[in-house]
Amino acid sequence: MSMMELLQLAMGVVMVVLGIVAINSKKKITSVIMLSAISMLAVVLFVVMRAPDVAITEAVIGSGLVTVLFVFTLFSKKKEGEDV
Amino acid sequence: MIQYVSIALMLVGIYGLLTQKNVIKLIVSLNIFEVGINVFIISVGYVSGGIAPILTSQNNTSALLYVDPLPQALVLTSIVIGVGVTALALAFARRMHKQYGTYNLDEMEGE
Amino acid sequence: MKQVVSILLVVALGVFVFLALYTGDHSPLQFTPYGEADLSTRVSQRFVDKTVTLGMGEAETAPDAQAEADAPAFEAMPALVVYGETRDAETGSANMVTSIVVNYRSFDTLGEVTVLFIAAFGVGLLLSGKRKRQQPAYEPSFILKHGARIVFGIMVVFGVYVFIHGHLTPGGGFPGGSIIAAAILLLYIADNEFQAKVKTFKILEGVAGSLYVIAGLLGLVIGGYFLQNFLPTGVVGDLVSAGVIPIVYILIGLKVGSELTGVIAGFATEEEAE
Repeated sequence: MSMMELLQLAMGVVMVVLGIVAINSKKKITSVIMLSAISMLAVVLFVVMRAPDVAITEAVIGSGLVTVLFVFTLFSKKKEGEDV
Repeated sequence: MIQYVSIALMLVGIYGLLTQKNVIKLIVSLNIFEVGINVFIISVGYVSGGIAPILTSQNNTSALLYVDPLPQALVLTSIVIGVGVTALALAFARRMHKQYGTYNLDEMEGE
Repeated sequence: MKQVVSILLVVALGVFVFLALYTGDHSPLQFTPYGEADLSTRVSQRFVDKTVTLGMGEAETAPDAQAEADAPAFEAMPALVVYGETRDAETGSANMVTSIVVNYRSFDTLGEVTVLFIAAFGVGLLLSGKRKRQQPAYEPSFILKHGARIVFGIMVVFGVYVFIHGHLTPGGGFPGGSIIAAAILLLYIADNEFQAKVKTFKILEGVAGSLYVIAGLLGLVIGGYFLQNFLPTGVVGDLVSAGVIPIVYILIGLKVGSELTGVIAGFATEEEAE
């Protein structure tokens, strides 16, 4: 297997591991940060598979908009005894 | 090889949708599923040794070996619609939190 | 118990997908392995060569000796598209994905714009009323407060560049509009009391969306098909080329940018305390 394919496989395995951590974590903010990391690794995969349009779109939307929407929702008015 | 990984990512997303009770984690699982499926669709259109489907001053004819441009157009639409669905779902989650006081689906009273 | 059952279900689904895609040889419907796609057997070859409407319109007449003798071989070799030289090609855009999204399958893009509009409309309905900013747990530092003003200008110019050059470079209307929305989000983060004027953005969004439909109707009136490219396409690779494609992408970029700004404004604020 060449270097490029090995790199793709390694990033794919890291994505699956981060996905499992995101679902089984206790705090909700951990899930959101893992989702942002999965989006960033997907951008690298899109570039390696020669799709620059899709890479730019996913980079802007995955990092700049979806993560911020989650954070604004999590940090809105909190009731007592609830941690994020 | 990358196709197996993207199918595994889709399955992780489906597992999250089946077992989680927290609304925020449900939306995170849905997004993981969408990332997996976008990577899979682009990997269907990949040609080994192909170049990106844009004519530039270096790659200036249409007789070179290009990667398939049709799946990329479909995934462009899919990413944007994923953002729209996530925004609407989070607005619903905010209203539910304001009314019931919790993000947990089991503790919401009423029907 | 529920976890064990769901793990079993998911593993069964994975095994089923794997068996359906990667084993068995029921050609010609076989799933091509990764990286071995042959473009000449797919319709994408016509998108690359810009010959989608070539060979259409010649009806299937009964082949007789007279017709075969004097009909030239029009199916033989499509003309090569060369950057900087080809004039009046079918779409005229150097970016092939743009020509698919805005010209060949423009109706799907109209549907996508509608879905995004409905989502932003739903968010606007749910999070409405007189708003004030929700207070975050931090105080913006000096670098953030003053650096954001400089970076904001650069980001807006970059976003406008991305959607104006949508037919020459990667990108297009959707990432360009999102970059503009992210620039306004930066202003929200850098100042605790900033609120954008949402009314202006709503009017801009409505106008841009209506102009896209009007461009389609103009194509129907002038060309004969809804959303047809009715302006002349110039040389492949120029800025002013590809007919109506740059205009449509500018409208889409403005519309997506205003919509996402409205969504961000709804999320960053909360209702006035009674």
